[in-house]
Amino acid sequence: MRDDDALREPLRFIDDRTGGATFARKALRYVFPDHWSFLLGEVVLYAFVVLVATGIYLALFFEPSLSDTIYTGPYAPLQGAQMSDAYRSAVDLSFSVKAGLLMRQTHHWAADVFVAAMVLHLLRVVFTGAFRRPRELTYVIGVLMLFIALVEGYLGYSLVDDLLSGMGLAIGYSVLLSVPVIGGNLGELLWGAPFPGDPAFESRMYIAHVLLIPGLLAVLIGGHLALIASRHHTQFRGRLGQSNGRLVGVPAFPGQAPRSLGLLAAVAAVLLALGGLVQINPIWLWGPYETGLGTNGAQPDWYLGWLIGALRLMPGFDVTAGSYTVIPNPFWGGILFPTVVVAVLLAFPWLERRWTGDRGRHNLLDRPRDAPGRTGFGVAFLLWVFLIFVAGSADRATVFFGLDYETQIKVYRVLVWVLPVIAFFVVRRFCRALQRAEAVERVQHAAEAEAAAEVERVP
Amino acid sequence: MRRGGWWFWLLALLGFARRERRDEEPRERIVGPGLPAPRAELATIVLLALTAACAIAFIVFYGVGASTQVLGASLAGAFAFLAAALILVGKRVVVTEELAEEYPGEHPEDETAVAQILEESGSRMTRKRLLGTAAGVAAGSIGVALAAPAVSLGPLFDSGPLYETPWRRGRRLVDEHGKSILASDIESGAFYTAYPQGASRKDLGAPLVVIRLDPATLELPSGREGWAPEGILAFSKICTHAGCAIALYRHPLFDPSEPRPALVCPCHYSTFDPARGAEVIFGPAGRPLPQLPLMIGTDGALRAAGNYSGAVGPAWSKVRSHPPRSV
Repeated sequence: MRDDDALREPLRFIDDRTGGATFARKALRYVFPDHWSFLLGEVVLYAFVVLVATGIYLALFFEPSLSDTIYTGPYAPLQGAQMSDAYRSAVDLSFSVKAGLLMRQTHHWAADVFVAAMVLHLLRVVFTGAFRRPRELTYVIGVLMLFIALVEGYLGYSLVDDLLSGMGLAIGYSVLLSVPVIGGNLGELLWGAPFPGDPAFESRMYIAHVLLIPGLLAVLIGGHLALIASRHHTQFRGRLGQSNGRLVGVPAFPGQAPRSLGLLAAVAAVLLALGGLVQINPIWLWGPYETGLGTNGAQPDWYLGWLIGALRLMPGFDVTAGSYTVIPNPFWGGILFPTVVVAVLLAFPWLERRWTGDRGRHNLLDRPRDAPGRTGFGVAFLLWVFLIFVAGSADRATVFFGLDYETQIKVYRVLVWVLPVIAFFVVRRFCRALQRAEAVERVQHAAEAEAAAEVERVP
Repeated sequence: MRRGGWWFWLLALLGFARRERRDEEPRERIVGPGLPAPRAELATIVLLALTAACAIAFIVFYGVGASTQVLGASLAGAFAFLAAALILVGKRVVVTEELAEEYPGEHPEDETAVAQILEESGSRMTRKRLLGTAAGVAAGSIGVALAAPAVSLGPLFDSGPLYETPWRRGRRLVDEHGKSILASDIESGAFYTAYPQGASRKDLGAPLVVIRLDPATLELPSGREGWAPEGILAFSKICTHAGCAIALYRHPLFDPSEPRPALVCPCHYSTFDPARGAEVIFGPAGRPLPQLPLMIGTDGALRAAGNYSGAVGPAWSKVRSHPPRSV
């Protein structure tokens, strides 16, 4: 008796009722090209799985309410402090719920890793030209997900209503107010009242954080994966006869499935280890938020650093016309800067097509050196955002190294424009040099092979 | 239960199996062949056993209420061993193969057919443009109608609340415990937070930063004569850049060699010169901190002598259009 006969009956039952056998046959033999950098996107997906799982657990204990309460829990330094139910329940689930702190810290770490893996995945896609026709839509969905994930993360740590939450929300509110003409109206609309807003604002953040945005992300992930499956993966040129028309790799089953599930388990292991062993956002140290309180040395999660840097780098002016404030200052760093970054990223496939005139279908990936212009621009653009990100930590350099803060900011205001331009030319030149060196090597190899053949022929 | 029943079933099964095998044609493999790898299988079994051990350990640790570190390490261990087992299965235990496949191409016939279907479906229509316009108007109206209730979220068309502050002439300054602040409490070189007596501390307009400077060094804007009795100054504590609380006070220890006293926001380091009415001397803020005029009562208590010099908090388009309003 063959093994597959035992499976025949249940498979027939399912296929009769769903017609799924044809699809399953194709899906099981779907080909995955093998390259380590292709794991980055999977890491994002699996971090999302961990986020959903741990987030559901947290939602069973967290109370999204700004009602005042007096803390009477086990953490002595907060005894008797007035705080919201949101903050009280977040502290309680950290100290009084078994495994609660593990879940909260794992959730927070997973969010940081989620965005980090997305950024690395984006870099892989950009520098290898994977975004080119026919995969522009996959790329666009991916870029949108990155920025939606930033909003999701921001809302997540804003819900807790600790001191850092409140400071972050005050900044978010100010950035919204800085929208020309209608900013004040938008701020009052979303918050329900001038900052700190209507108590219902907490409920609004909560529904967005646990339903609207995760739901949107899930839909976009589905679309992203469906498009990948439809157009198939890109691949590097290799020794297995890969070409623009022919895809070579490991089948989904049995080769890829256990490896990918293994990656899921590995991501879960790393995130749980971080969540259990490495403290992150100890909310009980910050204390409850009040508008009149602030703390020095507050740092947001890493993925908002670029916005902090942009806000800090702006010289102090509002654009005014008489008593009318045309452009309040936070607009430049908080709205214009991220809008430019998103717009350039979204438009990049079409910008490059215009520059190069290349309208062909590309299933084979470039190495960064193969496209010196793209690599140069990519490095320059990345460096621009990264320098602004680093400028956001100038206060840390003041604390740790004693560098004068104001001098640093003045230097950064120049560097963020000059270094990317230099980087573009240096990188482009470097890529071309690598290409030339390869061409020389190829000629040498050919000559040596010819010489060797000549030697053999002589006797 | 019938004794020996299972023998019957086993024999039947064997007979069935034998019959099957006789009829069977050797079938062509879909998945490529491969040699057995008993050592990899054994390693996988060991890893799976370790996974189970860690998972059970986690349950026990959870039951006894072990620390977050122990819980995290045990559960992470379970997933780590599982990851190792699965990757080993994928690389060594199951059949490993390289497949090649054509990339999917374009479907020009289908594209033409879809376009044709769309075009031909409307062939009966005589007023296409008008129909299209009507459909657009209908869809747009329904869209706006569905979005309209969102206006309930907040006072979209009334920016009046943004100008409101709890301060008015005569209101006492109190500390975080609600105790009245006396002029004699305010020492030079230190930095105090004050709130309006009998009002919410949460409104952006509520918190003040209070300091004392040498009256001779003050160069307040004109019209603010008498706003700083004894050199005591009060400003809104909310930064005019991004709404954080001004939490840093840079005060020189050696007057001639160090920069002037400054109020600094820890969020984006907007820096304000209190002696000159908190004008911006560094950082991204576009407006000075609004100043609150003070007076000292006969009991020595600090009181507001009016409302702020301007609207408090971050800027919006009309932040400079109206003075603040007391509520």
